[in-house]
Amino acid sequence: MAVQSNLKNMFVCLFGTCLVCSALLAGVYAMTKAPIDATNARLLKEAVGAVLPEGGELSDAQTLEVGGQPSEYYVLNQDGTPAAYAVKSTVVGFGGPLTLMVGVTADGTVYNTSVLSHSETPGLGAKCTTDEKFMAQWKGFNPAEKILKVKKDNGDVDAITASTITSRAYTLAVENAVNALKSIGGLNND
Amino acid sequence: MTKLQLITKGFVKDNPTFVLLLGMCPTLATTTSAINGLSMGLATLFVLVLANMAISAVAPVVPDKVHIPVYIVIIATFVTLLQLLMQAFVPDIYATLGLFIPLIVVNCIVLGRAEAFANKNTVLDSALDGLGVGLGFTCSLTVLGIVREILGSGSVFGWKFISGDGMLAFVMAPGAFLALGYLMVLFNKFVAKK
Repeated sequence: MAVQSNLKNMFVCLFGTCLVCSALLAGVYAMTKAPIDATNARLLKEAVGAVLPEGGELSDAQTLEVGGQPSEYYVLNQDGTPAAYAVKSTVVGFGGPLTLMVGVTADGTVYNTSVLSHSETPGLGAKCTTDEKFMAQWKGFNPAEKILKVKKDNGDVDAITASTITSRAYTLAVENAVNALKSIGGLNND
Repeated sequence: MTKLQLITKGFVKDNPTFVLLLGMCPTLATTTSAINGLSMGLATLFVLVLANMAISAVAPVVPDKVHIPVYIVIIATFVTLLQLLMQAFVPDIYATLGLFIPLIVVNCIVLGRAEAFANKNTVLDSALDGLGVGLGFTCSLTVLGIVREILGSGSVFGWKFISGDGMLAFVMAPGAFLALGYLMVLFNKFVAKK
């Protein structure tokens, strides 16, 4: 079957294979770049839109530091003044990084939250994307009146059953987002 | 061996999951639900057929000492192609499986078929062999996914027939080993016996 190896034919064969393969990949990459970018932009827009009130103009991504990590946020301007912010906040969950989009209105109240990516345990921590009771409590959560800690830590957040670590991480992500906005002077309640 | 046998042997005699025990990492990791198992199986099937065909076509001119690097480059190319195409056209499935797609490169089934079959058979036979083994892998993953989803979440293909949580262990790694072990016993007792 196979050809006897010598330096020349090994070189030619590997070089040729890599050349053909990279050309093929470059072609497909160029072809799929537009749809991939469009999908990512749509997903990001949906994620930002889902955590902010309707109406107004959304700014482009701006950078800030959330929980010591560089991250980005978007400002929703209504009638020329910032009405709400969407902050991307990443913390370490139970199974890996947990990235949230946290919407906060200018008075410091959490408007809504959504999970951008996670690697929590299916059936347990992963419920942070489906558990209605857990998700609903973030709407209108005011960190000035309630404590941003799970009930086990004497706070006011209802944890997901059997997923305290995920719930803690989620809470921390929201807290980091609110604090980051405070530090850039975005909230006008204090 | 007839053309039909080339396809059917992947289901029973050379079933990659229950008989050869190849590709255990994606098997255990992706079968948390029936749809995930099915998608992973189909992704592997795609790579297997194309890689088998390409490898059987180039095998006669590849020098012996570099045949493994050449095969791996070819396999990796198809996997990356698949990854780009999935990301572009089925972003929902990519969101669940994206993490495991690059692992198909090192899935022993693909390199195993290349070494054991594709490099000494014709392009057509290799394609059929890839199809058979790929379908066998897909069916095994789907069955395992169905069992784990029923026990773990009380649903099949996302359709919930028992409310509540089910036995959560089956969604996680320990349940994967348990379910795989029992299915292997049943398979070898009733299907694969001579």
